[in-house]
Amino acid sequence: MTSLFEEITPEPASDVPVRRVTLTINGERRAAEVEPRLLLAHLLRQGFRLTGTHTGCDTTNCGACTVLFDGRPVKSCTMLAVQADGHDVTTVEGLATASELDPIQEGFKQEHGLQCGFCTPGMMLTAKALLDENPNPSEDEVRWALSGNLCRCTGYQNIVKAVLWAAAKRRGES
Amino acid sequence: MTALDEIKIGGLGSSRKRVEDNRFIRGKGNYFDDVVLPGMLHMEILRSPLAHARIRSIDTSKAWDIPGVRLVLTGEMMAARNLAWMPTLSYDTQAVLATDKVRFQGQEVAAVIADDPYIAKDACEAIVVDYEPLPVIVNPTQSLAPGAPLIRDDKENQHDNVVFDWEVGDKDGTDRAFEQADLVSRLDLHYPRSHPSPLECCGSIADFNRATSKLTVYMTTQAPHIIRAAVALVAELPEQMIRIISPDLGGGFGNKVPVYPGYVVSILASILLERPVKWVEDRSGNLISTGFARDIYLHGEMALRKDGKILGVRMHTTSDHGAFFSDAQPSKFKIGLMHSAFSCYDIPAAHLTARGTYTNKAPGGVAYRCSFRVTEAMFFQERMVQAAADDLGMDQAEFRRMNFVKDDDFPHRTPYGFLTDSGQYRKCLDLGLEAIGYQDFQKQKAEAKSRGRLLGIGISTMTEPLGAGNSREYDILGIKMFDSADLKVHMTGKALLRTGAKTQGQGHETTWAQIVAHELGIPAEDVTVEEGDTDTAPFGMGTYASRSTPVAGAAVAMVSRKIRAKARKLAAHLLEVSEEDIEWELGRFYVRSAPNRGVSIQECAMAAYSNMPDGMEPGLENTAYYDPPNLTWPFACYIATVEVDPQTGVWDVLRVVAVDDCGVRINPMIVEGQIMGGLTEAYAMANMQFITFDADGNCIGSNFMDYLLPTAWETPGFELHEVVTPCPHHPIGAKGIGECATVGGPAAFVNAVMDAIKDTGVRNVDMPLLPDRVYEAITQRHDVSGAPPVKSDD
Repeated sequence: MTSLFEEITPEPASDVPVRRVTLTINGERRAAEVEPRLLLAHLLRQGFRLTGTHTGCDTTNCGACTVLFDGRPVKSCTMLAVQADGHDVTTVEGLATASELDPIQEGFKQEHGLQCGFCTPGMMLTAKALLDENPNPSEDEVRWALSGNLCRCTGYQNIVKAVLWAAAKRRGES
Repeated sequence: MTALDEIKIGGLGSSRKRVEDNRFIRGKGNYFDDVVLPGMLHMEILRSPLAHARIRSIDTSKAWDIPGVRLVLTGEMMAARNLAWMPTLSYDTQAVLATDKVRFQGQEVAAVIADDPYIAKDACEAIVVDYEPLPVIVNPTQSLAPGAPLIRDDKENQHDNVVFDWEVGDKDGTDRAFEQADLVSRLDLHYPRSHPSPLECCGSIADFNRATSKLTVYMTTQAPHIIRAAVALVAELPEQMIRIISPDLGGGFGNKVPVYPGYVVSILASILLERPVKWVEDRSGNLISTGFARDIYLHGEMALRKDGKILGVRMHTTSDHGAFFSDAQPSKFKIGLMHSAFSCYDIPAAHLTARGTYTNKAPGGVAYRCSFRVTEAMFFQERMVQAAADDLGMDQAEFRRMNFVKDDDFPHRTPYGFLTDSGQYRKCLDLGLEAIGYQDFQKQKAEAKSRGRLLGIGISTMTEPLGAGNSREYDILGIKMFDSADLKVHMTGKALLRTGAKTQGQGHETTWAQIVAHELGIPAEDVTVEEGDTDTAPFGMGTYASRSTPVAGAAVAMVSRKIRAKARKLAAHLLEVSEEDIEWELGRFYVRSAPNRGVSIQECAMAAYSNMPDGMEPGLENTAYYDPPNLTWPFACYIATVEVDPQTGVWDVLRVVAVDDCGVRINPMIVEGQIMGGLTEAYAMANMQFITFDADGNCIGSNFMDYLLPTAWETPGFELHEVVTPCPHHPIGAKGIGECATVGGPAAFVNAVMDAIKDTGVRNVDMPLLPDRVYEAITQRHDVSGAPPVKSDD
């Protein structure tokens, strides 16, 4: 299978190389055969139908495609799928359990930290990485951590509040 | 029995949490690129690298040879189907795929449809286009110069690069005002080109089904019904066989109103191939080819009396529309609502002349969180007001206060002829001044100055027209700008509401339900809101120009009232009294003489399906079309304080205070979210966000590395305050809020920086106030213009 965009694809040209990648996505082992040039964001979106990972700029500026790569936020639109071989990837779909939202998800809703929702998955994953490392960040630390993620709707103020809300909740304060 | 608590059921004034968030925070939104249809193919567009060039030939043979390529389309093939050109929403034409020549960098030249988008991209690179370069025009000065090359040689009777000449106002009266003036204040300004850049780019999935002849198109559009009409007219398909679905939109800001060539090509490709065809625009394509904003020059003059009274205003604008006049705007007004400038001021006479020009740049002009050029109007207004106050040596707040329309002077005819209906401009300004600590700041500023620091304070006050609009004056391509709502109350009292608007982050799914709750007492959580599917939604003109709440929102209230009127008859039947003996309180009808005897709205709903009186039509459903009697006029005061570093020209925002009057607030949380988002875009415009071109027409700003958008780090915090003056003609007294801060905000930041460097004698630095521009102003003590020759073109 060279194409991840079609259920059944015609026979690929013989000179198209294929690589097998195996990775853990949201705790589940997954494998795919991909062209080496396939971007990680496209593998997630088209290959595994995890469409919560968005692409907004193609140049690593907007952060809509942010996922956690071995726990660290990376922009999956400028990373090759083959680079994820053997690694652990968390997408927005992996944040909540069946019954419970992550505090960051709750915070975004409580503090009106989203409007169109397009930047939200990337914002939340960047925020999760921050809080995993720094459970009690200052407003400036939150703003700095989020500065690789663009939002065109909210003006960030409520996003910052959402992250601080989540931090407080994770610390057991309400 | 007590009436329902409106806040508890999520009615007006409730900051209920957003319904749509439940899917967005789980990554379960349904944006168009998330849609996958069986057998779907992928389209990629080849764009012109040159800004102006004749096409000698296009060789697509190598593209056809690539395995997986299904179709390669060129302008010639489009022309064979009479689709090489399409009409725009402003009575111009636009090339779908270029045939004769390319007129801007990024113009659509060819398209490839393939099994996968990577293959389509490969194939685009395999297309060979032979261009003959032509002289390039990148600004109106070049465009209007004698002997300038003709950009639109495709149009009969077009012998120059002028798109339109238009005027409004009282020329003679204005001339007389200037004769009586003690002082004339003049200012030349450039509002630079910008781009709305919603985080999601544009795109479409066209799915033509030969067996049923039905065309379904998933499309990033803020106005699906306009698109359906356009497709019916352009492609000559029967309108009932066209279904436009606008799924979740990743922002719009006006970028997703026009009809783009990619939509049209994907539709034709699907018809030819009989398979779904998906086109996903990349960010560069979005930035260099879709609806930009602004790019307009002003020469402004203000006639002043010594005591500070404004006697008259003259404005002349020269706008750069790019290669095609493709704005979506009311057809009567060629430069949008530019003539809404100075509406909050009591000025006896004003005259505006406007000239539009073609250039070798991407088409557009109107888009971007703006009710048809009011952003430029209010910026020009507030920069002229500040300059006039400075020229008079008057305090900028006092100058505004004395020229405001007074609270009891409504209805008021504005200088250019609009009718405003209400306003408390002084109260709004005074609240802002108090919040920022105006007097204290002046002391701080003086004290800082003595230590070589430059502090400044900038004010911007304005009222802007929203909610286009009444059908007497507002139409797009002849279609009147009303809007609609359709409400179906089910037998259990739960409801489904659909409108002709289209949310793109504003939260309609939350707020429309609140209007229903207010009117009917049905809890907001029992009302599902749907928009964006032309097969199910009532006809409406969509969401832009802050028109959702003023027009569609009003329709929601009106359809709820129609439902209530029928429910009253049902209540009378259930209570066995005559309708005249029935009273209403939120969620319940009762017998006037026996208030304990009542029925709930839910009981009425059940009766509509199970126990209606003889002769009554069953069901509890209705539709309302709302044609607003006037525009709505929210007003605001934005104040910013800044510190300018004289060594570098860098300026930092100290504080931002916003006082907004958008009338009755449906959901205060969402209103505040809209204001903060708008203020951020205002800050962006003033500080960093612009798109310019080099002399060859290369777009400088074709990606987010070059086109700077503010991040959480630079963006200042905002302090919000409110004044509430209900709109006198809107059913629930609301006015709209989505764009106010973007419109009024930029002048506050620019005025603040100008105030900080006032001692240099500099009267203007054009946006964006980049450090090098401010530094030049401070050190060279002269104005810094964005007008050609453009500084950044060096």
